[in-house]
Amino acid sequence: MKSFSPNFIEVIDLSHNYGEQEVLQGLSLSIGKGEVFALIGPTGAGKTTLLRIIDLLEVPGAGEIYFDGNFIPRSGKQRLEIRRRMSFIHQKPQVFNLSVYDNVACGLRWRGEKRNGIADKVDHILEIVGLEGYKNRNARTLSGGEAQRVALARSLVLEPEVLLLDEPTANLDPISTAKIEQLISYVARQSNTTMIMATHDMSQGQQLADRIGILLDGRLVQTGNATDIFHSPLNEEVAHFVGMENIIEGIIIANNEGIATVNIGGNAIQAVSNYPAGKEVYTCIRPEDITLALSRTQSSARNSFQAQVTQVTTLGPLSRVEINCGFRLVALVTKISAEELNLQAGREVYATFKATGVHIMERKTS
Amino acid sequence: MDSLTKAIELLISFDRDVMEIAGRSLSISGTACLLASLICIPLGSLIHFHHFPGKRVLINIIQTLFFLPTVLVGLFLLVLLSRTGPLGELGILFTPTAMVIGQMILITPLLLGLTISALSGVSKEIVDTATSLGASGFQTIWLVLREARYAVLVAVLIGFGRAISEVGCALMVGGNIKGATRIITTVISLEAGKGNLELAMALGIILLFLALIINIALNRLQQR
Repeated sequence: MKSFSPNFIEVIDLSHNYGEQEVLQGLSLSIGKGEVFALIGPTGAGKTTLLRIIDLLEVPGAGEIYFDGNFIPRSGKQRLEIRRRMSFIHQKPQVFNLSVYDNVACGLRWRGEKRNGIADKVDHILEIVGLEGYKNRNARTLSGGEAQRVALARSLVLEPEVLLLDEPTANLDPISTAKIEQLISYVARQSNTTMIMATHDMSQGQQLADRIGILLDGRLVQTGNATDIFHSPLNEEVAHFVGMENIIEGIIIANNEGIATVNIGGNAIQAVSNYPAGKEVYTCIRPEDITLALSRTQSSARNSFQAQVTQVTTLGPLSRVEINCGFRLVALVTKISAEELNLQAGREVYATFKATGVHIMERKTS
Repeated sequence: MDSLTKAIELLISFDRDVMEIAGRSLSISGTACLLASLICIPLGSLIHFHHFPGKRVLINIIQTLFFLPTVLVGLFLLVLLSRTGPLGELGILFTPTAMVIGQMILITPLLLGLTISALSGVSKEIVDTATSLGASGFQTIWLVLREARYAVLVAVLIGFGRAISEVGCALMVGGNIKGATRIITTVISLEAGKGNLELAMALGIILLFLALIINIALNRLQQR
């Protein structure tokens, strides 16, 4: 784990409205210097608005922002000075109707840098993003992926202390996406750039970020590293969002030194949890943590159920297998093992998973 | 047809009168258009980028004045600049200066309105992108003007076209004085009345030719 000097960027109790609609509600967040933070949430959760407020493009309805320990006033010249230490890559790359060179050079010119220095920096960065041959092309004639690389070069050439990225790969094909992701992780490794990246793509966040924040309906619901959030979502909403396919209602009927027995429609599941007997809970099992076999195997796993396959769907190299073992479960196995086991609707199998693979969350009864 | 042949002869021989009148038309309308652009492009940017009460109303007024009758501007200036008028002491009535001022007033609303609409054609995202890249307010305006450069040029050309083809104001404040304030349009209207058709026709052909050049330039620009 990298360690970060804390509170490089700090927002406190931020709220913002667009007319009647509340976009952000009492959001607080602090990000360390050099940290890569992924802001994950569905479309309309307020990711873009939060980034715009941090970039000082918008003044929040309420709340305070601190940058490197300094309070940011709601207006005045200081906002431009602070903004010049950051750079924001917008979701749809907006290139200017100028040459690629002029596009990349404009931020440096606005900062009053010397002509020679600008030329060196622009040439260098165009090489890094692989656009060295495009200098004199009008940027409007480029493809979407190339335009996004111009936008990235235009920001990176400024050597910002903070890089804000809003869905940097949302409208790109897989090859362009891979290139942009490579560049982002290159920058993260090379320089001590603090990054805040909004994305709705969980795996992208997991791959690139040191820490993840889940933004739902304008509220930062959970922050933590990828493993925490994937395996121990705080509530049902987060669990759904991080692709936890098996979320089953149950009641704890016993707890023996941290191993709880959960009653799910008459079936007992063992799980690691500290909740006492009588607690109404959701039981979460990640599909990839379930193994399927044709006979009951001897293993240390505490949960094993006889089940019937109801549906098999192929997802590239994986197979998604829906089974019924008194309750519905979804398992992910490799396509090869699905073929070896001859998995198809009606087939009898045994589903096995460990007590540590089960995540228990509180169910609030309304 | 006889006069058309003579008109063409005048053109081919680069007749001194014809060249002098056409040159004066170009320089008066060119100056008016240049000065109006120098005022209207910055002023239009200022109006576009600032929010103030009554902005909508102001833009509506500007657009209404696109169709300002030329003789009304002429009348207004005549009253203002005549010997007994408030600015009579300047003594510029019936000089090219007065004609330049008249044409400037005439095309200012057009240039202002078209500059504002040219700038409106630049997306909000471009403005945001420039701001995030660290542009100050002034730098942002300059960038947006560059983004809209073709549309702004179209505005300037349309303004020039209106200036060079108007007759009412130039006649009233210029007076069509030989060797001083005669321009293409005033000569056509007055010489034709006197039966001097070949000079009128020769100048008419030049005016049409100018219109053609402006039109070609506009087409080129709009294809960008």
